[in-house]
Amino acid sequence: MQLRVDKLGVIIAALAAYGALLAPFATFRANRIVAGEARSISEALPPAWAAIILFLIITTAGIAILKTPSRLRLGTAFAMIAALALGIGAAAAHLTPPENTYARVSPASGFWILLFALGLLAADALTRLRPSPLVRVLFLSAVLGFIAAVLTSGTWDGLSLLKEYASRADTFWAEAGKHLMLALGSLAAATAVGIPLGVLCHRVARLRDGLLGVLNAIQTIPSIALFGILIAPLGWIAIHVPGAAAIGIRGIGTAPAFVALFLYSLLPVVANTVVGLAGVPREANDAARGIGMTDFQRLIGIEFPLAFPVILTGIRIVLVQNIGLATIAALIGGGGFGVFVFQGVGQTAMDLVLLGAVPTVLLAFTAAIVLDALIETVTPNRNRVQSA
Amino acid sequence: MIEIEGISKRYGETTVVRDVSLTIAPRTVTVIVGTSGSGKTTLLRIINRLVEPTSGTIKLDGEDNRSLPDYELRRRIGYAIQGHGLFPHRTVAQNIATVPTLLGWDRARIEAKVNELLTLFQLDPVAFGPRYPHELSGGQQQRVGVARALAAEPKVLLMDEPFGALDPIIRAKAQDDLLAIQKHFETTIVLVTHDMEEAFHLADRIAVMDKGEVVQYATPAEMLVKPATVFVESLIGAGERPFRLLAIDTVADAVEPGVAEGEAIASSASQREALSMLLWSGRKALPVVGPDGAVIGKVSLDGLAQRAAGPT
Amino acid sequence: MLRLPTLFRLLAFAVLIAFLVQPQWFEPLLRPLVQENAPAIYNQGSLLQLTLLHLRTVAIATAGATVVALALAILVTRRSGAEFLPLSRSLVNIGQTFPPVAVLALAVPIFGFGEKPTLIALFLYGLLPIFENALTGLTTLPPSIMEAARGTGMTGRQRLMKIELPLAMPVILAGIRLSVVISLATATIGSTVAARTLGEVIIAGLQSNNLAFVVQGGLIVAVLAVLIHDALQAAERSLGSRMGR
Ligand SMILES: Nc1ncnc2c1ncn2[C@@H]1O[C@H](COP(=O)(O)OP(=O)(O)O)[C@@H](O)[C@H]1O
Ligand SMILES: [Mg+2]
Repeated sequence: MQLRVDKLGVIIAALAAYGALLAPFATFRANRIVAGEARSISEALPPAWAAIILFLIITTAGIAILKTPSRLRLGTAFAMIAALALGIGAAAAHLTPPENTYARVSPASGFWILLFALGLLAADALTRLRPSPLVRVLFLSAVLGFIAAVLTSGTWDGLSLLKEYASRADTFWAEAGKHLMLALGSLAAATAVGIPLGVLCHRVARLRDGLLGVLNAIQTIPSIALFGILIAPLGWIAIHVPGAAAIGIRGIGTAPAFVALFLYSLLPVVANTVVGLAGVPREANDAARGIGMTDFQRLIGIEFPLAFPVILTGIRIVLVQNIGLATIAALIGGGGFGVFVFQGVGQTAMDLVLLGAVPTVLLAFTAAIVLDALIETVTPNRNRVQSA
Repeated sequence: MIEIEGISKRYGETTVVRDVSLTIAPRTVTVIVGTSGSGKTTLLRIINRLVEPTSGTIKLDGEDNRSLPDYELRRRIGYAIQGHGLFPHRTVAQNIATVPTLLGWDRARIEAKVNELLTLFQLDPVAFGPRYPHELSGGQQQRVGVARALAAEPKVLLMDEPFGALDPIIRAKAQDDLLAIQKHFETTIVLVTHDMEEAFHLADRIAVMDKGEVVQYATPAEMLVKPATVFVESLIGAGERPFRLLAIDTVADAVEPGVAEGEAIASSASQREALSMLLWSGRKALPVVGPDGAVIGKVSLDGLAQRAAGPT
Repeated sequence: MLRLPTLFRLLAFAVLIAFLVQPQWFEPLLRPLVQENAPAIYNQGSLLQLTLLHLRTVAIATAGATVVALALAILVTRRSGAEFLPLSRSLVNIGQTFPPVAVLALAVPIFGFGEKPTLIALFLYGLLPIFENALTGLTTLPPSIMEAARGTGMTGRQRLMKIELPLAMPVILAGIRLSVVISLATATIGSTVAARTLGEVIIAGLQSNNLAFVVQGGLIVAVLAVLIHDALQAAERSLGSRMGR
């Protein structure tokens, strides 16, 4: 076989070399407050571990630089990411003095750069392989399964991030629940309201321009402001509407956040419903009328199935957007992963920020992959769906 | 003079153009015909190096077309394509000025050239110069496309199905205009088409391509009389041959001494038009008038029948 | 001729300027939103100055994002960079699933408090729509026009400058517009990390339970966003209509 050089591979190898040799692998702090000390791979890991990791990095770089089959590249990238994941756990165990509960070990820039380089390698290989929707979801499950396994095995327990988690395990899951409730609940509400509104807009042209204009305007209000503005009316409702307070409606907290997310979600759902319905071929509608379908039968039997992929694209936009926006809820006492993010920002505690940000990003990512797979499955002849 | 010598083009395993050699005389119109996918476009694009051949050479006036950078070569060769390819964000005048601007002509010269060409193509420079391409009709767009190709006074003009998108009436007019302009600038034209009617109307010589090979390269008359292969014969269409033959020459070549009754025909008309007039008016002969309007003789049904007869 | 929507926008612009220069004039409107002795107009700094700082942050981030995104898009659409094209598309898709807040929050530990992490976050997040649209614009040019450009003897650089970029410009502008609108809203979150933006007004309102602050901060940003969005859209339209789109 002729050896040829892959341009992207050169960049990946250069990044990996920098991350492995020049940048620190882990940061050690004697306690949570003091400044960290950088540790290279050879300092952070027991000699045997360090040797294995460095050897694997060199092998990976070699595979990346040469033009190699995409499957090999993908496998290598995932194997190397797994090795890094175990390695950073080993570093935590190695660097923490025995019986010391104050010391903190966290991944440093070298680790993140390596992870980024490997992510590039995996993304490139995946782009070339174009796996089917099912395979993509299986990949995702495997990765999430691996993360879960490492987490439960205790390999990472020495890491600062997990120590932050350990001291907040209860709140973490409570906030996770609230985050999901905010993101998914507002999506469900927006879908329930938005799709009928979209159908209505499709049928009544005058309503369409007006409503879409209003929904567009709502999107331009910055999220913190909208969350804040809603405090007042909901506070008023809590006081004046009998029973409202009992079901959890209050001026601050989850209710205004929920309503704000709901309002933000409406535009993509309504707009995509309108676009989807408008995209139904005229012939299909004429044929349906011709065989004597009523308007309602036509909607359910013809228009809806044909518009479904576009509507689903709107739902994907909303879900990914809501998972991110739900972090803002923390600023008005609405809970969610934003609690850790903003606490962490307040204390300049990277680990705490990560405790909020990493699950948020993972969640958004998972939602995007699953829904993209779903959209591709329901879209006929693999044409990409146009979003509004 | 364009000398195409042993040109081949392969894409992977498939050979798209196979060992083509043609010599194209200056100031003539050569038409390349053939079915879709026979390699016409590829051969044409090899001449101005939009496609690099796998093997073979092309010489323009004795000079290898690889002796200068490809973009400089292309500025010297006009190129007009189907659907005109006008730049939508530039006005008609700017479109025509493209190559002169690239060549660094001064402003006055460019403007004069643009005006000359627009006038030549029967477009008022004041009205059409500042318009954008989408504000023109299809026929006007096509004329601007050809005007752009001619702006830098190239000695060679390559045209790839330039009239393909036009309706029949505008197409016929565009073909006549092209011939007039070819005479005017004495341009060497290589034109690709799959329309045999167009080929016989325009060509001094026709090259027929089949599966990447040139199977016959001859004048229209030779080709009608002696098609090289069954493929060429079917391309011409057996039923059309006598009419195509008559369409090539003018009435002037068929004038016989004598007189005839009724409406006269001009000596510059094609013999096919004379035949059509004879049949339609039910006469045996027509009087022929010269360019000055004086009767110079007659053209007869029998005479044309002899000329339209194939070799026996 | 001035059409009604244009008139509305001019009016909105005039009201915005008036509010920024003379906020006291609007005090009676905002008074009902606050309790007795609380101030109805933001009193911890100048609204005008905050607005200008807000716009400056967005402008710098967007300008940087535009330059970098455009350069990258040009690079991966040349023949020499074609290898990177599929990957760069994937990266844009992946990047857009990252919540802007997460990007901002992660920038703080690295770059400290203040303007810097906000700029970095806005820059990174702003790259995506511009890059995506520039890719779309540069890869969907009509083949016959590109063919004609090569045929007339333009060099690669001339084709890029005279044909490809001008033709892709409306789509690129649409990307910049998207990026600006996202940045205008996201910049407010920058105030949680002590960047000086209109977010300060909103956060002050949240902290002191002053609805008037929240409303005025939010509305200024919203009106700015709508006006800038529409202005850029008008520019795209006029560019596009000239090309007969
Ligand atoms: N860049 C290319 N790569 C691969 N095949 C090509 C390419 N360009 C043309 N071909 C193939 O070459 C053949 C001839 O094409 P072309 O010259 O365009 O034919 P024509 O103009 O006679 O219709 C066709 O089968 C076409 O598919
Ligand atoms: Mg062709």
